[in-house]
Amino acid sequence: MASDASTNEWETVIGLEIHAQLATRSKIFSGSATAYGASPNSHANLVDLGYPGVLPVLNGEAVRMAVKFGLAVDAEIAPRSVFARKNYFYPDLPKGYQISQFELPIVGKGRLDVVLEDGEHKRIGITRAHLEEDAGKSLHEGLGKLTGIDLNRAGTPLVEIVSEPDMRSAKEAVAYLKKVHTLVRYLEICDGNMQEGSFRCDANVSVRKRGASEFGTRAEIKNINSFRYVEKAINYEVGRQIDLLESGGKVVQETRLFDPDKGETRSMRSKEEANDYRYFPDPDLLPLEIDEAFIESVRKSLPELPDVKAARFCRDYGLSEYDAGVLTASRDLADYFEQTAASFTAAGPSTEHAKLTANWVSGALAAALNANNLEIGASKISALALAGLLRRIADDTISGKIAKDVFEEMWASGREADAIIDAQGLRQITDTGAIERAIDEVMARSPAQLADYRGGKDKLFGYFVGQVMKATGGKANPAQLNELLKKKLVG
Amino acid sequence: MLTKTLAELAQGLRAKNFSSVELTRALLQRIEASQSKLNSVISITADSAMAAAAVADGQIAAGNAKPLTGLPVLHKDIFCTAGVRTTCGSRMLENFVSPYDATVVAKLRAAGMIMLGKTNMDEFAMGSSNETSYFGPVKNPWNPALVPGGSSGGSAAAVAARLVPVATATDTGGSIRQPAALCGVTGIKPTYGRVSRYGMIAFASSLDQGGVIAATAEDAALVLNVIAGFDPRDSTSVDLPVPDYTATLAESVEGLRFGVIREFFDAGLEPAVERAVRDALAVYEKLGATLVDVDLPALPLSVPTYYVVAPAEASSNLARFDGVRFGYRCKDAVNLEDLYKRSRGEGFGAEVKRRIMTGTYVLSAGYYDAYYLKAQRVRQLIARDFARAFAEIDVLVGPTTPTPAFALGAKTSDPITMYLNDIYTIGANMAGLPALSIPCGFADELPVGLQLIGGHFSEARLLNVAHQYQLATDWHRRVPAGWAS
Repeated sequence: MASDASTNEWETVIGLEIHAQLATRSKIFSGSATAYGASPNSHANLVDLGYPGVLPVLNGEAVRMAVKFGLAVDAEIAPRSVFARKNYFYPDLPKGYQISQFELPIVGKGRLDVVLEDGEHKRIGITRAHLEEDAGKSLHEGLGKLTGIDLNRAGTPLVEIVSEPDMRSAKEAVAYLKKVHTLVRYLEICDGNMQEGSFRCDANVSVRKRGASEFGTRAEIKNINSFRYVEKAINYEVGRQIDLLESGGKVVQETRLFDPDKGETRSMRSKEEANDYRYFPDPDLLPLEIDEAFIESVRKSLPELPDVKAARFCRDYGLSEYDAGVLTASRDLADYFEQTAASFTAAGPSTEHAKLTANWVSGALAAALNANNLEIGASKISALALAGLLRRIADDTISGKIAKDVFEEMWASGREADAIIDAQGLRQITDTGAIERAIDEVMARSPAQLADYRGGKDKLFGYFVGQVMKATGGKANPAQLNELLKKKLVG
Repeated sequence: MLTKTLAELAQGLRAKNFSSVELTRALLQRIEASQSKLNSVISITADSAMAAAAVADGQIAAGNAKPLTGLPVLHKDIFCTAGVRTTCGSRMLENFVSPYDATVVAKLRAAGMIMLGKTNMDEFAMGSSNETSYFGPVKNPWNPALVPGGSSGGSAAAVAARLVPVATATDTGGSIRQPAALCGVTGIKPTYGRVSRYGMIAFASSLDQGGVIAATAEDAALVLNVIAGFDPRDSTSVDLPVPDYTATLAESVEGLRFGVIREFFDAGLEPAVERAVRDALAVYEKLGATLVDVDLPALPLSVPTYYVVAPAEASSNLARFDGVRFGYRCKDAVNLEDLYKRSRGEGFGAEVKRRIMTGTYVLSAGYYDAYYLKAQRVRQLIARDFARAFAEIDVLVGPTTPTPAFALGAKTSDPITMYLNDIYTIGANMAGLPALSIPCGFADELPVGLQLIGGHFSEARLLNVAHQYQLATDWHRRVPAGWAS
C-alpha cells in the first residue's frame, strides 16, 4: 500500500453517481406498487415483465420529485427532457433495455455545499440528475445452480445524480454523499435506506500528480451501499492506483466491484468489454415538457432546506456552525431539537436554553439512539419530555450529573423527569444550612486531610467536594458547595 | 349473406334476416374451407366466437345491441388477445397465449363484434409479401401464385375473399395499404396516435399504427368509429375527440383540391398501374374536385430513411424476446449467453434477424450520428414537405404501389427489391399522416390501389373522399373468382 509520503505527491479525483429510489407509491412506468420486501414478483405486472405489446406511462409524481431535487440543488430544470432506451441484455432487465434519460436529462447543472470535518466549506458541482427505472434483482440463495429473478424492483423510479469530479478525498466524497442523503430525505423523495438499496452510489476514482491539469484514467467502483464502504472502497482504490503508477504500471479504464469482506475492489469488466448501450430516444414516451407554472408549484412545496435551517439555527439559537450542522442532518432531528427548545419555557428559548438543548440532543440523546439503533422518530423520550428534564437543570432542581441518571431512567421507563426526581428524591440541595452541615460533618471526620489541605495541599479540595457530594447523595448544588467549602476549609 | 359488406350485414342482423350465430357459423366454415387455398389465418377461434354470437343474438333480441353487435371480425395476429394465442407470425411466439387484450381488441369486443380468429402476417410485421410468416405464406385470392402483399397480408386476403367483411391490421411502412392494394380492398392507416398501440406487438414504435382493412370505406368508417380514440395506456395516443366517421361520408368532393404527388409517378411505376390511377383521378375531376400537381422533393428519401429508423426501433423492441419469461426457448441452454443466442437465433426468422442486425448497427457507437440521427433529420424534411403541401391542398393522391401483386418467391432473394414495394406508402408513416388505399381498377387482371393521404386527423375527409369514389365506381365490389359466393 502507498505510503503517506507518496500519497502526498498524488491528488485524488472523485466523482459520484448516486442512485436514489424515489418514494412514489407506484412504479415510474406502471401501476405496480413499489413496496419493498414483498414475495418475489408479486409487485410485477405485465408492463414490468416487459410483455409483448405493453407500453410505459410516466408517473407524474416521479417527475415532481425529480424537479424537487433539482430546485434544492439550484439546478436548471429542463423545459424539455427526453427518455431514452439504454439497450443491453440481462435477465433482470425484462425489456432488454432500461428506460433512462441520456442526452436531455430533467435536471441540469446544480451544486451542493458541504462542510468538512475541519469546518472547511466545499462546493461540489452537480453535472445532472435524470430519471430512470430500476432493474430487477437476480436471486441465488436456495436455488442450487439456478438463478432466480425477482422483478418487484424493476420499474422503481430512480433519480441518478451525477456529480462533477470535484472531490479530492474519500472524506469529501462521504461528506457530499451524506449531504445528498440528508437532502433527499428532507425533500421526502427518498427514504435513504442504504441496506435496502434505496440509496446507493458508484464512485469514479482517479489519481494524478499534484498540480497536473489533466485527469488520470479513472476506475468506476459500482454499487457501494454504505457510507463506511464508500470511504473504504475509495481509499483502497486510490492506494491501488498509486501503487500501480509508482511501479510503472498504468491504470486501465474499467468497472470495479467493492468487496466489503476483503475490503478491496476487483475488476468487473474493462472498457473493451463494456456494453455499447445504443441509446436512442424512447419512441413510446413523448418528450417530457415542464412549464414554469409546474416548477413554481413544486418550488412552493419545498421544505426549509438543511443549509437554510442550519443558518437559522446559528442565527436564532446562537449555535455553532458545527452544532447546527449536526442538528439539521435530518429534518426529524431538527424538528425534535426545535420542539424541545420551544417547550423549554413558556417565554420561548433563550440562547442558553438552546445551547443546553443542543448539547443534550446531540449528546446523550444521540448516543442513546445510536446504541439502540433507532431513528429520532422512534426515540423513547419525546421532545416534550426532554424539555421537562432540561427545565429542571436550568432551574437548578437537579445537577447536570444527576440529570444523566434521570435521562437513563426516562429512556428505560418512559416516565417524566419530574416524576423520577420526586420519587427518587433527587432534588438538588440549595439550602445553605444543609450544605454547611454536611461540610462540617466531613471536616469533623477528616482531620488529617484537613491539616494537609491547610498545610498547602490544594489538591485535597476535590476530596472534600467528593465526600460532601457522597454525603448528600450527589444532590448538593455544585456551585454553592464550592463556595461554602472554600470558606470553611480556610478556617 | 356471405359476401355482404359490414353495413349490409348490420342491417340484416337488425332486420333479423339471419342471426349472429348463423352468420358466425357460416363464416367460420368459409374460413376453414379457405385455409388450404389462402392460409390467411393462423388461429380460428370457433368456440369463443360461437359463444359470443349467442350472447350477441340475445342482446339483439333484447333490443340492447350496439351498431356492431354480432358482426364478425378477424384480428391481425399482432394484436394481443386474452386467452388466445398471439404469434405475430413468428416461431418466437408460436405458443404465446396473451394474458390480456390489446385496446383495439378490447374496444371491438366491447362493441359486440365477434372475433373469428387471427390473421396471418409477415413475421413481426416485417415484410411486404407475407412470405416471412413462420406459418407459411398467404396466397392472393386473385391468383394463388401471387403474394397478397404484407405485412397484413392475411387480413387483406381474408377481406378480399370475403371470409369476413372487416379485419384489423397495422401499418408501419405500408402494411395496411400495400396488401389492401394488392388484394383489391380498402385499407386505412389512421394518423399516428389516433388508434391506441397498447397490446399491438411493437415493430417500430414511432411508425406503427393500427387500422382497418374492409371491403368499403363505409365499413372502415364503422370500425374506426370504435377503435379510434385516446388511451391512457398509450402515451403516444392523442387526446382529441373522435368524430363519427360515417356522418360525413355523404359530403360532396366538389371544390376539393387534390394534390397529385409528382414523385409517385416515377420510372418504377408500371404503366398499367399508372393508367388505372389516372383514370381514378379523372373520376374525381368529374365529381368536381380540382387536380393540382404537387412536388414533395424529400419523399424519395423515404425508403432509405425508413430502413434506418424502423430497424433501429425494432432491434430494441424485439430485445424482450429472450427466452426467459415467454415465447420460444431453446433446448438445453448451457448458460445465459447460450440461452439468449439460441433462443433468438432459432426463434426469429431471417428477415427479422436482418432487421435486428441493421438496427443494432445504426444505433451503435460511431454510427448513430451518421445513420439514426441523420435519418431523423430526413424524416423531418419529409414531414415538412407534406405540411407545406397541405397548406394548399385537401388530399394528396397517387398510386399505393408501383406494381400489382407479384409472384410468390419473386423477390425473396433480394430484400432491396422487396423494400421498394413500399416506396409510395412509407412517406405517410414518416410524417404520421393518415392514408388510405382503395381499389381503382385492374392491371393485367390484378387489382390496383389508389392512395389518398390527408393531413393529421383528417380520417373523416379521407373516408368521405374514398366513399364518394366508391359511390361512383364499383371496383370495390369486384370479388376474385371462386370467392364470389
